[in-house]
Amino acid sequence: MTTQPGTALIIGGTSDIGRSTALVYAEHGWKVILTARNDEEGLREVNHLLTASQAKAELCHLDILDTESFGPFINSLDTLPNTVVCVVGMLPTQSRAVADTAYASLSLRTNFEGPAILLGMLADRFEKRGTGTIVGVSSVAGNRGRASNYVYGSAKAGLTAFLSGLRGRLWHSGVRVVTVMPGFVRTRMTDGMKLSPFLTAEPDEVAEAIYEAAELRHRDIIYVRRSWRLVMGVIAAMPEGVFKRVKF
Amino acid sequence: MELSGWGRYPRHSSNVVSPGSPRELAMLQRHIPTYVARGNGRSYGDAGIGAGVTLDMRRFDRMKGFDETSGLLTVEAGVLLADLIDRFLPRGFFPAVVPGTRFVTIGGMIAADVHGKNHHWVGGFGDHVEALKLMFPSGQTVRCSRDENSDLFKATIGGMGLTGTIVEATIRLIKVETGWMGQNTVRAENILSAVQLLTANEGASYAVAWVDCLSKGNALGRSLVYLGEHVSLDALQERKPGAPIYPNTRGRGIAVPLDAPGFLLNRHSIRAFNALRYARARTKDELVTWQSYFFPLDGLDQWNRLYGRRGFLQYQFVLPHQTASRVLPEIMGEIATSGNPSFLAVLKTLGKGGGQLSFPMPGVTLALDFPISDSIFSLLDRLDRLVVEGGGRLYLAKDARQRPETFEAGYPNLSIFRQQRRAIGAEGRLASMLSKRIAV
Ligand SMILES: Cc1cc2nc3c(=O)[nH]c(=O)nc-3n(C[C@H](O)[C@H](O)[C@H](O)COP(=O)(O)OP(=O)(O)OC[C@H]3O[C@@H](n4cnc5c(N)ncnc54)[C@H](O)[C@@H]3O)c2cc1C
Ligand SMILES: NC(=O)c1ccc[n+]([C@@H]2O[C@H](COP(=O)([O-])OP(=O)(O)OC[C@H]3O[C@@H](n4cnc5c(N)ncnc54)[C@H](OP(=O)(O)O)[C@@H]3O)[C@@H](O)[C@H]2O)c1
Repeated sequence: MTTQPGTALIIGGTSDIGRSTALVYAEHGWKVILTARNDEEGLREVNHLLTASQAKAELCHLDILDTESFGPFINSLDTLPNTVVCVVGMLPTQSRAVADTAYASLSLRTNFEGPAILLGMLADRFEKRGTGTIVGVSSVAGNRGRASNYVYGSAKAGLTAFLSGLRGRLWHSGVRVVTVMPGFVRTRMTDGMKLSPFLTAEPDEVAEAIYEAAELRHRDIIYVRRSWRLVMGVIAAMPEGVFKRVKF
Repeated sequence: MELSGWGRYPRHSSNVVSPGSPRELAMLQRHIPTYVARGNGRSYGDAGIGAGVTLDMRRFDRMKGFDETSGLLTVEAGVLLADLIDRFLPRGFFPAVVPGTRFVTIGGMIAADVHGKNHHWVGGFGDHVEALKLMFPSGQTVRCSRDENSDLFKATIGGMGLTGTIVEATIRLIKVETGWMGQNTVRAENILSAVQLLTANEGASYAVAWVDCLSKGNALGRSLVYLGEHVSLDALQERKPGAPIYPNTRGRGIAVPLDAPGFLLNRHSIRAFNALRYARARTKDELVTWQSYFFPLDGLDQWNRLYGRRGFLQYQFVLPHQTASRVLPEIMGEIATSGNPSFLAVLKTLGKGGGQLSFPMPGVTLALDFPISDSIFSLLDRLDRLVVEGGGRLYLAKDARQRPETFEAGYPNLSIFRQQRRAIGAEGRLASMLSKRIAV
């Protein structure tokens, strides 16, 4: 079930997970288009891809908050990509997100609104073409809202639900949708946090898992570290009366 | 946070910050009073520990561009040599100079002007650097090369991070046809015949001797000399038909999970190991992978833990050819009678150094490992005197204990180096625990 190398569009090319994913696609012979909102940082990543892998790579400017720009951005692509992987996200400080509505809104839009609208627009193009793979990086934080991070979690819950609906709408049209639950990953986002080594993946591991799920095994939902399925199973099984009392 | 080098001695507390971009680096440098850059912490002593703040450069790990025809590669300073080899060996390119481990950064290799087993022939890593981008404490970035800011370039090659933070470098790679090495092993009866063998074989691309420091009398410093050549594609196909041209590049080796008890590496276990190694050595010509030829120790991750919690010292000196044949046996004699065991002892010949503080000089270098013990410091003080008296010096990337006098005596360019530091505003701003200890 291997796919011929095509073109992969990585939304969020400066993220630690995104750049590892770009490298894995490049190593498999794919052409990679990275997007970044910070062009200087984007250029570092594209140069690295070109130098380290000899693949074809390009950079496009994209701010996930600027939904108006999505149409022109998609039209500007020379060819419609075969696969799109969206890794853009933002982990807000919960206490600030509770107190500061503009900040909460920024997180909701970065984690949910922007990715959902962009992936929805690409899905329409893929559907017309009759092929394509859409990969959304969501989070287990969206499986159930917890007191300590529900502003982030609820946005990811929205993204997970959106991807699930999209998958249902498109499955008979030849377009596949993959939801990625990375668990904890050692990246810039989690820098300085104390994370259990058993539950924490390296960015390369997530990247390999994404490639395998999207291009080789055609999975719908993946948990990068299997241990997370168990953890989330336990969390899902807790009655709300108990869950609301648990501090974590 | 508590930091140490690969020898895990000494340990100092230092605030570690890990900038992610040149912009962030410049901003940090402007605000931090004193600091030094750190690569992958593979120097043995206190060179990579900032007095105050340590700037961890490992997030500067992007490659920037490569030109197939010239072999010129531009990378950020935090790129690991291991990653560089992973990417470029399968394309037929190899660094012109490599140290004994591939888990070092390009910035660290330039700052120490590392030497390989081919220094007599091609010079140090710094001799293959075309240009660098250096950031001063002010946050200003300058380009230096042999033509542009050439004094600063020569101060930075081997300058141990004390002339600015290397942000980016352009280095020249050499072409190789395979990832295999032709290795010839030759036995040497004692230390002087090892030196003779090394100098007689200066035509070999790579040469190194492994020395048994515990043998005594006539066999004092008996050695195995390993000579190496890159293997051509024709030779590989003839001698190992079907072998992969570029054998496995990935993988990190097996880890030493815990600190070994301090007594594991003692005089008796090392003597037994040395005797076995010497007896088993085959003199014939064999093909080995690039990994086992250049980086045999990398097969065991975190092997520094084998020395136990107290850590160990690495002692590496160079002596000019004129005095080496007199002083080397004296040093070997001192070590043997002191009873301090050295597990690893590596002998090489060196050529002229490329930078103002580069360690190499035409002569012979010996590197030794000693577990920390109560008697080791006084032994090394005695050896320092022999080295200085013989016109030699100690390698800063390995040093954890030499005194300022020993350093001054060994590095005649120190005053020009200090002038360079003053000129760029590095004095008082760029300092490591090493530079404070030896009063750079
Ligand atoms: C097993 C083993 C074998 C070795 N074999 C050899 C050998 O054969 N030949 C040899 O020459 N050396 C050898 N070494 C020593 C090693 O190559 C050097 O110490 C090298 O400098 C380590 O690089 P690093 O990236 O770990 O730097 P660190 O140890 O982190 O730093 C070393 C020095 O470089 C400076 N530095 C690091 N990055 C920068 C930067 N971006 N800008 C400015 N300054 C910087 C630091 O301030 C410090 O002074 C060996 C070490 C080990 C552990
Ligand atoms: N790390 C974890 O433990 C973990 C766990 C579960 C899920 N995830 C998810 O995995 C994804 C990748 O995260 P990561 O860990 O790799 O973190 P990261 O390195 O911080 O990546 C976040 C990315 O989002 C981009 N971004 C933020 N706002 C943007 C905007 N307005 N427009 C365009 N791009 C924007 C960032 O760009 P800049 O570089 O310009 O800031 C960056 O590329 C995220 O969706 C995250 O929620 C991570």
